[in-house]
Amino acid sequence: MEDDAPVIYGLEFQARALTSQTAESDAIRFLVGTQSLKFDNQIHIIDFDDENNIISKSVLQHQAGEIWHISASPADKAVLATCYNKTSESRVVTCGAVWRMPPEWESGSHESPDDPHNSHNPQNLELLCHLDNSSHGNASCVLWEPMGDGKHVISLADNHALLWDLTESSTQATISSSATLEGKGQLKFTAGKWSPHHNCTQLATANDTAIRGWDLRTMSQIYCIENAHGQLVRDLDFNPNKQYYLASCGDDCKVKFWDVRNINEPVKNLEEHSHWVWSVRYNHSHDQLVLTGSSDSRVILSNMVSISSEPFGHLVDDDDLSDGEDNHQDEKTKEPLQDSIISTYEEHEDSVYAVEWSSADPWLFASLSYDGRLVINRVPRALKYHILL
Amino acid sequence: MDGDINATAPGTTPPDSDPARKRRVHGMLKLYYGLNEEGKTVDQAESMDPCDINGPHFDPEVYLNKLRRECSLGELMDQESCMVKQIRSLDSDMQTLVYENYNKFISATDTIRKMKNDFKKMEDEMDCLSTNMASITDFSARISGTLQDQHAQITKLSGVHTLLRKLQFLFELPARLNKCLELQAYAQAVSSHRRARCVLQQYSHMPSFRGIQDDCHAIMDKLAQELRQKFRDGGSSAKDLSECVELLLQLDEPAEELCDKFLSHAQSRLEADLLGLEAELRPPLSSGPTAVTDPYTGPARRLSVEPTAGSPTGPSSLKNPFLSPSSRTDILEFIDRGCNEFVSSLCLVIASYQELFVNRPQEGEMASKNIPQMAIGKLHAFVDALATRYFSLVERRIQEEKSVGDNSLLVRALDRFHRRLQAVAKLLPGSAVPSQGTEIVVRAARERIKQYLAALQSFYLNSLTDVRQALAAPRLGGSSAGGGSHLGGPATGKDAPASLPELLSTLSASILNQIKSVLASVHLFTAKDITFSNKPYFKGEFCSHGVRESLVVNFIKFVCQSSRQFCESAGDRGGSTPPALLLLLSRLCLDYETSTITYILTLTDEQFLVQHHSPVTAVTALCGEAREAAQRLLNHYVKVQGLIISQMLRKSVETRDWVNTIEPRNVRAVMKRVVEDTTSIDVQVGLLYEEGVRKAHSSDSSKRTFSVYSSSRQQTRYAPSYTPSAPMDTNLLSNIHKLFSERVEIFSPVEFNKVSVLTGIIKISLKTFLECVRLRTFGRYGLQQIQVDCHYLQMYLWRFVSDENLVHFLLDEIVGSTAHRCLDPAPMEQSVIEVICERG
Repeated sequence: MEDDAPVIYGLEFQARALTSQTAESDAIRFLVGTQSLKFDNQIHIIDFDDENNIISKSVLQHQAGEIWHISASPADKAVLATCYNKTSESRVVTCGAVWRMPPEWESGSHESPDDPHNSHNPQNLELLCHLDNSSHGNASCVLWEPMGDGKHVISLADNHALLWDLTESSTQATISSSATLEGKGQLKFTAGKWSPHHNCTQLATANDTAIRGWDLRTMSQIYCIENAHGQLVRDLDFNPNKQYYLASCGDDCKVKFWDVRNINEPVKNLEEHSHWVWSVRYNHSHDQLVLTGSSDSRVILSNMVSISSEPFGHLVDDDDLSDGEDNHQDEKTKEPLQDSIISTYEEHEDSVYAVEWSSADPWLFASLSYDGRLVINRVPRALKYHILL
Repeated sequence: MDGDINATAPGTTPPDSDPARKRRVHGMLKLYYGLNEEGKTVDQAESMDPCDINGPHFDPEVYLNKLRRECSLGELMDQESCMVKQIRSLDSDMQTLVYENYNKFISATDTIRKMKNDFKKMEDEMDCLSTNMASITDFSARISGTLQDQHAQITKLSGVHTLLRKLQFLFELPARLNKCLELQAYAQAVSSHRRARCVLQQYSHMPSFRGIQDDCHAIMDKLAQELRQKFRDGGSSAKDLSECVELLLQLDEPAEELCDKFLSHAQSRLEADLLGLEAELRPPLSSGPTAVTDPYTGPARRLSVEPTAGSPTGPSSLKNPFLSPSSRTDILEFIDRGCNEFVSSLCLVIASYQELFVNRPQEGEMASKNIPQMAIGKLHAFVDALATRYFSLVERRIQEEKSVGDNSLLVRALDRFHRRLQAVAKLLPGSAVPSQGTEIVVRAARERIKQYLAALQSFYLNSLTDVRQALAAPRLGGSSAGGGSHLGGPATGKDAPASLPELLSTLSASILNQIKSVLASVHLFTAKDITFSNKPYFKGEFCSHGVRESLVVNFIKFVCQSSRQFCESAGDRGGSTPPALLLLLSRLCLDYETSTITYILTLTDEQFLVQHHSPVTAVTALCGEAREAAQRLLNHYVKVQGLIISQMLRKSVETRDWVNTIEPRNVRAVMKRVVEDTTSIDVQVGLLYEEGVRKAHSSDSSKRTFSVYSSSRQQTRYAPSYTPSAPMDTNLLSNIHKLFSERVEIFSPVEFNKVSVLTGIIKISLKTFLECVRLRTFGRYGLQQIQVDCHYLQMYLWRFVSDENLVHFLLDEIVGSTAHRCLDPAPMEQSVIEVICERG
């Protein structure tokens, strides 16, 4: 059985921001934010029809500025947050804001893939509220409370972590608490992740080469992995099933897996990329599947069986597997616990700054490179059946 | 007259003097009477001549004829007168003789008459004698007749006498035995008792004899007791001892018991030796070995003074238990002492034991008991037990031999140890002792190899530390980064600056020397004059597995492995290893791959005549490993150096406000620094690595052509993005461009040459520059500054790389990305850029 070819979608603008629509559990849908200093920026809503292998897109105008980060509300499909650059009079400020998609985008603006550039009169996003942080500096990302009701967000702005309460249908945002990273020099959070464990009371942030954990109830630091990477830490992700496990990636070309109870040594190192790794994502359901994107223009899907939550050694009956996947089957029956690279995807030609699993289909993921190319790929079927059966 | 005769008769001997003449006369007389003795041959020679006047065949006629024929008349006259004279003298001689004879005859007649008278008288006396003898015979016959009865009686009496003498011996036996006992003449006592034993046994039914027998038994028991006592005391010499055993055996003492006693006695002495040896060993720590050694440590402390006091090494060994380990005797002395005291006494014991119990002629009932077999069995057990203890002591001592300085001492000690055990082997064939000894030697050799490996490894690490210090020293002094440095190692100590190549050659030479000296030390184990060198282990396994695999191959592997560790440990923490060291080690590993490994292994194989019975690590495998290590080190070097430059670029991009920057007038200082650093890296790598190949067209790349190329490319490349046309065009163009250019691998493996290394470093730096630029937003002058900077880099960096297009491509990409990130993209005139860059 042949694996499906990747599906490629091209944007007109350069882009860095990618997220899956977290609240949507039926349709495979990704949101991409563009970066352009000269034209109005857009949010592309990309729907993927898995059965027909067809992409359909909608475009919403994001006129506030170029989008550096995008995240979708876990509760309301139509709500999303962005971090964007606002340029005014030779000053560049990065702001955060919560938006609502106009209600008619879904019904009205579906286009056929044959006609992708016919985006006449794209609709505008409806601003719900600013995560006003003029006193706190530039926002680097906005994080929604995982599996929450969409009422809490955290924004990371320079060296502050701000916890916001959204009230009155998210039109009002008030800071409920904040934490500040103190130290010498200009400290700046580069990435963060809200842990889905411990009743969502923990946050992990990255600044320079360090990873820090925060308790949101007291807004105090609970752990700090100094020199987690040789150089800048670019991204973090929590294992969705193992509460103490954390993956990080950075400019030393490595992906590291941490048990935050023992921060002296990483549990595991991956050194497959040949340039900085910008993004790391655990699969939401099968946490042995780890996706990484790098500025060497590659996306790598790894199978980290040895540190996953899934029980070892499925009793796979070899006869159940069909003949077409012998090459995969061989190595798996032999070494059930072997961590391995499943596949390297080379469809991109520029640096890949974002990768994301679909929230609807755990076997599907998207990656976005700087030149605006979005590639949708699937986990190889052989592996999929191996994990499922 | 004589003279005349001589003249006339030349055939005769000339008589000159009187005695001669007389003799001649006598001779003639003798001849006449047929008594000639001496002149026989002469006469025969003369006799045939008929003219010889004295010869028997004298013929007067012939003589006369001859004279007449030969002589003149005068001569004939002379001859005639001479002859007359001779005849006259002969006549007178004859008269004298006749007269003498007559006188003698008369006297003889007188004598005979006188004898006749004497014989008559003698006849009478003989008659008288015979009558006397007859009467004597008569008398004697009568006497013997009377004495007949008494003779028989005397014979009987003398028989009784001897019997009584024997009985007396028996009765006196107890007393005699007692006396012997007192005088300690045990041998005599035993022989006396043996003589009487059968008789006493035979007549034991008679009460008197019974008493004697009992007495004797009692005494002999006492004697046996005393012998045993003496035997037990053991103060006596070996000869005494063997005598004791001899006697006891004769006393029907059970041989088994004697064997045991003999051995236990010997054991006590040998144990004293062992304890002496043990005292020389470091006293075991109280917390250390408990169950096994405890029984020995107690007496060892107590006895340590006693036995050693009497030994030849007395004064020194007396203090030994209290001395610090450093001043203890060396291993050769220890083994010597073990050999001289323990092994030689053991041999002595074995020899005397065998003489006493095993090799003695077997007679009578002894043969049936099969003593030798029993005795041999006991001996083996005894020797094995003691040897085991001895071996454990020797092994403990060997294990303490940790310093690897002088191997010859250990080898000599082992040799002596092994050699002395051969004596045991000769004395006691079939014993396991020699083979156990060989095993100890083998174990010691194995241990030694391990120690040498450890020593080599620590030597290597120390040399690396030295190199590291040498590399660090000039940096602290603030001198140029060209690689001039001091050799801080203790070996050189001088302050002469050493460049990287010198450091490399010093390091590699010192390692090689160390390996050689270690090989030489280990080679002692297989020297011809060492007894154990012809054992199969030392011929085969020791050479191939021990020396080649465990020592040489493992060391090479260690070098590779420790090199790899530099890559891993330094990876995270960033630059804990000086990059120059990485470069140096990389070159070292590469040299190992190309020549050194082959050389070392060939050297080993030749020195040890290795015959590979079992598979050994191939040279190619080791070379592969070394090459891999070299590759990783070089890659890591590129990574580290690239990182250093990247950091500079990153800081310079991140910390500037690019929107509000002023119009560029200069190349930023950081770019000059980048070029400077790249140049110094180029010099550093050039010291150790060859130039490498560039793409062919680089040779005609002058600044002019470059700038034309650059400007033209920029024109076509950026033009669309400056015009407000559809944004798609930009992407299309850039994508088309990428479609036809190869994917640039940033952190890719480099080749072993300067150009490749520099290409790697520059790639990493520029890619960082690109990524950092993409994260910023630029104003008009920001873009122009980047343009200037990139142009400057282009001017200088192309010469370092293998393919200058790569630099162009990356720099284009940087400028392109900057233009995209620019709020007001108004590029600077190419000519102005060139002027600024020219100005420096």
